[in-house]
Amino acid sequence: MSYSDKVKGVIEGSDVAIFMKGTPQFVMCGNSGRALEALRRAGAPVTAVDVLPDPQIRQELTAISGWPTIPQVFVKGELVGGADIVEELEQSGELERTLREKLGDDYASSRSEETVSVS
Amino acid sequence: MSTQPLRELLEGAFPDATELDVSDRTGGGDHFQVVVTAPSLSGLSLVEQHRRVYEALAAPLADGTIHELRIRTKGATS
Repeated sequence: MSYSDKVKGVIEGSDVAIFMKGTPQFVMCGNSGRALEALRRAGAPVTAVDVLPDPQIRQELTAISGWPTIPQVFVKGELVGGADIVEELEQSGELERTLREKLGDDYASSRSEETVSVS
Repeated sequence: MSTQPLRELLEGAFPDATELDVSDRTGGGDHFQVVVTAPSLSGLSLVEQHRRVYEALAAPLADGTIHELRIRTKGATS
């Protein structure tokens, strides 16, 4: 399977996907950390993909999303934004509203965090 | 890079801006914070608003002049 298909698979198959530099256990970029922390504060179940193992992952991701920077956060396949937007939405309470709307009222009960590799 | 070229690109893209600010977050000329408030952004989602900023700054983003960009946007404040 190509990167493109794998990246699409994660975007479409995850409740909340974050494409980041590093992993939740070992964050390699301040902005990826900011977005991840905002998701954690909102109680989001997170599926993380590290884009660093191969530059092609990022290229394919940006070709799909049209978003030039990392991190990128998706909820149910839809681009929510990068670190600035996710932080802003978390602070205003809108992130939680979106998660509740898209994932159901008990979305925070799992609080799962997984890392998947596409390379 | 100084903030002036970025400011000019944004002024070109958002001639109606009521607030437009570019700051160099670290003093190193590659980590920037951009603030834009413009009526032309009204009614757009934050994703679409940020896309407009990325489009305006596509060249310095593509050539690596901007290493990191923080964006804060608003539509018209009524």
